Amino acid sequence: MSVPVTMTVNGRAVSDTVEPRVTLVDFLRDHLGLTGTHVGCEQGVCGACSVLLDGVPVRSCLLFAVQAGNRSVTTVEGLDDAILQDAFEETHAMQCGYCTPGMLIAARGLLSDTPDPSEDDIREAISGTLCRCTGYVQIVEAIALAASRLRQDERHG
Amino acid sequence: MADPARFISTRRRVREDRRFVTGTGRFVADIRLPGALHAAVVTSPHPAARIVSIDTRAALASEGVVEVLSGAGLPDLVDPIPNALDTPGICCYPLAVDAVRYVGEWVAVVVARTRALAEDAAELVEVRYRELPFVVDAETALDPSSPPVHPAHGSNLLYRRLFSWGPVESDFSAAPHRLGFDLAWGRSSTVPVETFGVVASWDAGRDLLDIWASIQMPSFAEQVASCLRLDLNQVRVHYDVDVGGSYGVKRGLKHTVVAGLLARRTGRPVRLVEDRLENMAGGDMHGPERKFRVAVAFDDDGMIRSLKLRALEDVGAQSGRAPLQLGKPVSAIVGAYRIGSVAYEAICVSTNKTGQTAVRGFGMAPTNLALETAVDRVARHLGMSRFAVRRTNMIRAHQFPYRIPSGSTYDSGDYHAVLAKACGLARLDRLLARRAAARAGGRVAGVGIATCLEPSGGNSSFEALLNPKNTTTTWPESCVIKVDRTGLVTASIATSTSGQGHETLTATLIGEELGIDPDRIRVLHADTLSAMPGNTPVASRMAIMLGGAATGAAGRIRDRALAIGAHLLGLAPGEAEWSDGAAVAPDGRRLSLGEIAQVAHREYHRLPPGITEPGLQATHVYQVPTGGTLPDADGRGQMYPCYSFAAHLVYAEIDRLTGTVSLADYVIAHDCGTVINPDIVRGMVIGGAAHGIGAALYEEFAYDGQGQFLSGTLADYVMPTAHEVPDIRLVEHCTPSPLTSHGQKGVGEGGYLGAPAAVASAVNDALAPFGVACLDLPMRAGTLSDLLATATEQP
Repeated sequence: MSVPVTMTVNGRAVSDTVEPRVTLVDFLRDHLGLTGTHVGCEQGVCGACSVLLDGVPVRSCLLFAVQAGNRSVTTVEGLDDAILQDAFEETHAMQCGYCTPGMLIAARGLLSDTPDPSEDDIREAISGTLCRCTGYVQIVEAIALAASRLRQDERHG
Repeated sequence: MADPARFISTRRRVREDRRFVTGTGRFVADIRLPGALHAAVVTSPHPAARIVSIDTRAALASEGVVEVLSGAGLPDLVDPIPNALDTPGICCYPLAVDAVRYVGEWVAVVVARTRALAEDAAELVEVRYRELPFVVDAETALDPSSPPVHPAHGSNLLYRRLFSWGPVESDFSAAPHRLGFDLAWGRSSTVPVETFGVVASWDAGRDLLDIWASIQMPSFAEQVASCLRLDLNQVRVHYDVDVGGSYGVKRGLKHTVVAGLLARRTGRPVRLVEDRLENMAGGDMHGPERKFRVAVAFDDDGMIRSLKLRALEDVGAQSGRAPLQLGKPVSAIVGAYRIGSVAYEAICVSTNKTGQTAVRGFGMAPTNLALETAVDRVARHLGMSRFAVRRTNMIRAHQFPYRIPSGSTYDSGDYHAVLAKACGLARLDRLLARRAAARAGGRVAGVGIATCLEPSGGNSSFEALLNPKNTTTTWPESCVIKVDRTGLVTASIATSTSGQGHETLTATLIGEELGIDPDRIRVLHADTLSAMPGNTPVASRMAIMLGGAATGAAGRIRDRALAIGAHLLGLAPGEAEWSDGAAVAPDGRRLSLGEIAQVAHREYHRLPPGITEPGLQATHVYQVPTGGTLPDADGRGQMYPCYSFAAHLVYAEIDRLTGTVSLADYVIAHDCGTVINPDIVRGMVIGGAAHGIGAALYEEFAYDGQGQFLSGTLADYVMPTAHEVPDIRLVEHCTPSPLTSHGQKGVGEGGYLGAPAAVASAVNDALAPFGVACLDLPMRAGTLSDLLATATEQP
């Protein structure tokens, strides 16, 4: 049994039919070919599958695609967050890159609410996203760097 | 080269990062082949049982199912997974044949149109078992009366050898002090966020098996071909796959054999991407689980004369390569210390637990924990500072190259300078004052110190050490460079990457050698059929080995281009110099690499006499420095050329009630010789330390007394988050290796080798005033809480 689902993904309207049991991450990856969102545990622990749902970070492995019906989903492919992404490159806030999309989503969620985060704020915001490579230090630095550049941009913009 | 280094050791962006921040990495699960089938596995619920029957009829009839494969008849189709030890009685197939040996072992595989349909059908496979006696504890497994995991082998003992280097017994008799203790390293692993996955596709028109896999494993293609009874040149493993973390464990041989077999049988590509439970229970990626008995003999001043070490390793139900992890520690058995004699008993047993594989450091981290704990205990026994005892024992800078009793020669180092840097960065006096203040306030506080050596760039002769039938004495790495007609450079390397930045490494070193911008150099990951020899980024080897290969190949390009350029400039050989990507005459006239390449590719008539090969290309296959010899009869030999060194310092407080450990002021002073890319080195060291913090405090693959596996999810197997890993600070020291192209040494493992010992040192320093100690890893909060409660109750 399949049911119709309509949502906005990275700014584009998407309509498809899916089995109700299809998770949002499988829908994004398998139906839409958006493989930037990764699967790590399928039980909501690792955070690799994080996407923005109406601007808020969620685990796309813990949602069915139909639950995102008529809502807006942003994946790493649609993040369009040059300052944040550049900051991750500048501090080398990754190694294998597998957790990176989830980290970027968590960071975007934080900076939308908290433009001037403390180190504790940053650590709290990414504490639901596991990175096995970096020990987090360069990720914390990247997010702090992005925050300061975004604030600067805001002032000059 | 006359030019000073321009790109090496400078902060340059890591070129791999761009694709990861834009979501355009290509991991194995991202590879979509038309018509691909998806696999799901049926696993054993028992630690040991005879398989009475497997009924696949309902599964085969289920929607979308194409094939169901079980172990019945499998030995007719594939050969068993190879053993590294000479243990012919151990015979493991990708799927259980007749009997299961651990919970989670693969019994059958279903392939269907989608993964969901494959999982649906897997639930319909009916397996009847007759349960058998089992063993889950290593000491019990040593008992000859324990139920044998592999009856054809005769017992659970896979390997036992007592190595003795130097006058151990007389050193023990002569020393004024002796102490001993037992210690345990719990079963943990690296647990990458990406599970293992493979896509296999059989091309019947070409008789060729194509493999894309999340792989980091030497000899992978050879072993796949051998198990599938294919010629080696019938298997093509594609290295242009981003691997989502490995740190040693991404070695899905059985997965690939199954996927390859099914791809060939069904005529369609087959995807086998583990889910988390398949990964944790049956992925055969658990790491060392080791029990130690340690004894040291030492003088009044803390100088350790002799060491006795017994290591009992539990590799679980699969043998594979895991037992060799008792071999690598031989290459640095005395750590940073001038211990004169060593007795090392290496014992390896099988149990009814998930198979073990290679983990970051290849067995060094547990052994370093044992050694560093011994040093701390010597200090405590004598009432001396742990720092002073280390300074007394450490090899002096002027003593390098330094040969240790087990036969390895350390290339270079300045351990005292590095330890001093760690103490300086941490402001040790303030740290000790902080501890004193915390203790005065009734808190449980400690300072931890550990050093570690990181043997790097190995030649794999630990294989020969543990198995005399193995005669490996080299583990080469290679690089192919071609300069196109326009003078642009493309390099090809023989490995996939799992986060080490090989493209950046290769481009940096070629750019350095040719005097051209590394950002304009393209680096490709070849496949096993087109690549020159390579052995993947194990053993902290790529900076040394790929670095040597890239530098060597680029040097050949430069020499060739310079010879052509000098001739075109009307000069005799040797009269022109290479500078800034051009051949330069003494009068300043220049010919760029592009101009030279144009001649090399198209204007044969202008080439100098003696240069008869058109084009501009070079290959370098780099031999391991100091490689080429087998261990001697006493097990002495040189396994690794280069020895990095680090000192870790950390402050810890333990919550008296909950036993929770909080770390702060974590500093690492680190010497890997010449740093090629500072950001990569920093990330590797800090990330390794975070991983070691996990092994010390949180991570364990637990089994209950019934052999049931208790840690199948990331909620049960707890890895450090950004809350548990403190802001680790790093200071570099540089003692160049005399053996490598630019003085570089390895860097991938050192953080992980030092952190568990440092954290254990801090925890035990905190516990010491209470008269208790914790010598089992992971040091669980509950254990620490109980220890403190018991201690507090004592008068």
